Amino acid sequence: MCGIIGFIDRTKSRIDGSSIKAALSLMNERGSGYGAGYAAYGIYPEYADYYALHVFFDNLAKPKKKVDEILQQWGEIVHQEEIPTTPQPNMQKVHISWRYFFKPSEELMAGRMTSEDDVVTYIVMEVNSNVKGATIFSSGKNMGVFKASGWAEEVADFYRIQDYKGYIWLAHNRYPTNSPGWWGGAHPFNLLNWSVVHNGEITSYGTNKRYVEEYGYKCTLFTDTEVVAYLFDLLGRQHELSHEMIVRALAPPFWEDIDQMPPKEAELNKAIRLTYGPALMNGPFAIVVGTDDGIVCFTDRIKLRPLVVGENGNRLYISSEEAAVRILDPEVKNIHTPRAGEPIIARFIE
Amino acid sequence: MKSVRIDARGMHYTPLNQKIRAAVADGVEEIILDNVLGQRFIGDGLRGNVRIIINGVPGGDLGMFMSGPTCIVNGNAEHAPGNTMNKGMLVIHGSAGDAVAHSMRGGKVFIKNNIGYRGGIHMKQYDADARPTLVIGGTAHSFLGEYMAGGLVLVLGIGKEKAMTDRGIGSGIHGGEIIIRGDVDEHLLGVGAKKFKFTEADLERIAPIIKSFCEQFGYDPAEFLDTNYTKIGPASSRPFAGKYVWE
Repeated sequence: MCGIIGFIDRTKSRIDGSSIKAALSLMNERGSGYGAGYAAYGIYPEYADYYALHVFFDNLAKPKKKVDEILQQWGEIVHQEEIPTTPQPNMQKVHISWRYFFKPSEELMAGRMTSEDDVVTYIVMEVNSNVKGATIFSSGKNMGVFKASGWAEEVADFYRIQDYKGYIWLAHNRYPTNSPGWWGGAHPFNLLNWSVVHNGEITSYGTNKRYVEEYGYKCTLFTDTEVVAYLFDLLGRQHELSHEMIVRALAPPFWEDIDQMPPKEAELNKAIRLTYGPALMNGPFAIVVGTDDGIVCFTDRIKLRPLVVGENGNRLYISSEEAAVRILDPEVKNIHTPRAGEPIIARFIE
Repeated sequence: MKSVRIDARGMHYTPLNQKIRAAVADGVEEIILDNVLGQRFIGDGLRGNVRIIINGVPGGDLGMFMSGPTCIVNGNAEHAPGNTMNKGMLVIHGSAGDAVAHSMRGGKVFIKNNIGYRGGIHMKQYDADARPTLVIGGTAHSFLGEYMAGGLVLVLGIGKEKAMTDRGIGSGIHGGEIIIRGDVDEHLLGVGAKKFKFTEADLERIAPIIKSFCEQFGYDPAEFLDTNYTKIGPASSRPFAGKYVWE
């Protein structure tokens, strides 16, 4: 059991994190104090062209020196600092949260890699699997993840979440059941501009992990949700599938339902199931994903986890519970629960 | 009638339920809760004949283990209202989430609009007195009456072209009955569920429930008092007798 929140303003009008914190705290019953986190998009406009790398360091000596070296091999750090935090009485500061604003340079990439996103993906995998005492937990542009072990309010107050303004917010409180409750295991899980919050468990994790590892991703954070971020990056960025098609691949219709479809639709759905069999996710899940151009949410195919959606003008609200949506916006309209496996997608209006 | 009003704004469910229990112990017959938003477990394990009016959206497990009281919700409900409820009534003037009336063993749950997945899962009955009833005015998602062992689930499909369009109705059912307005496509039936003809005798049996539901929400019962229903029950007396047997 976990609690999730998703928010988007399609016109990119930004809200601060205070209402997100209040809504997430309403669902404290869904967490156990062993993990909470927030992702906000639109928070670093002054560095919008740079990758914002958020890193947990065990200390600022050897692990940081190694990360600095790797970054310098690939590009330029224009700014770096410790992420401002406020100590919380019942929360132990286990890691130092650091942020770099980084851009791969063409000169250093020449002959090695062609895409900046590939470079940053490589750096994330390299640091997380080979640099002891360092974990990159956020690597998108003009966005950032803030997470730790603690209750929703504690983690929000620790990172001063009310000081950030975003047009997409994801939030999560965690009730870890089968993997450790540590800072890196808190949600959201992120790679580039993909961020994932998840309630449930991915019982197909082994199959999904082996599948993404064939493409160079490395699952290093000891919990299942990490693989969902990499599946979105693989299918969305590398294979260029639309958000609708990604959800179709990850939570496809049952064969019985495909048999009932008109021939052309059945053919498409069969092709997706056969091509992306190892990407299919089993187990109970309700998931919200933040992306470059909006948010995507969906549940498992037999709806073993709750998800409520509400709207108001250009804003869309998602949560595990209706009450949390009403905290975000007391005037919310059209509250409904999507069908199992049905993608709800909201994109920015140009 | 002795009545109290409680402003639940921002209140955690523990003090809220303590106030409710104190009021009931004090002989209060009507409790009005204003500004309810997400408080779980309201009226759980509560006994007596009190009437609780909930203005807002209560949290999960409303009326769990409740035995006697009536809760009227002016709003939607979250997951599992009526969970293992024993006696009494829940009236929801809105929709409810997943697992409505989960393991319910007596009393009535009336939902004006729609419910989520697995409504009536594991409902059971003991005798004529302990027979739970779940009535849904709109429609329900998949696995309605899953593993059902007793009681009645009634779906009226008000305002819908078809009362049920989701699959898995009565999946694993081995007792009780699911009655759905109009016809139900065969492929919507779950494993072990079977359609039966809905007879005049069935109508006579459920007419008081239809009337009671209509009275709560202001519908004209005459509209629903005919035999245009489908009855779904277990395919045999022991549909899963051979499930774990390998002779």
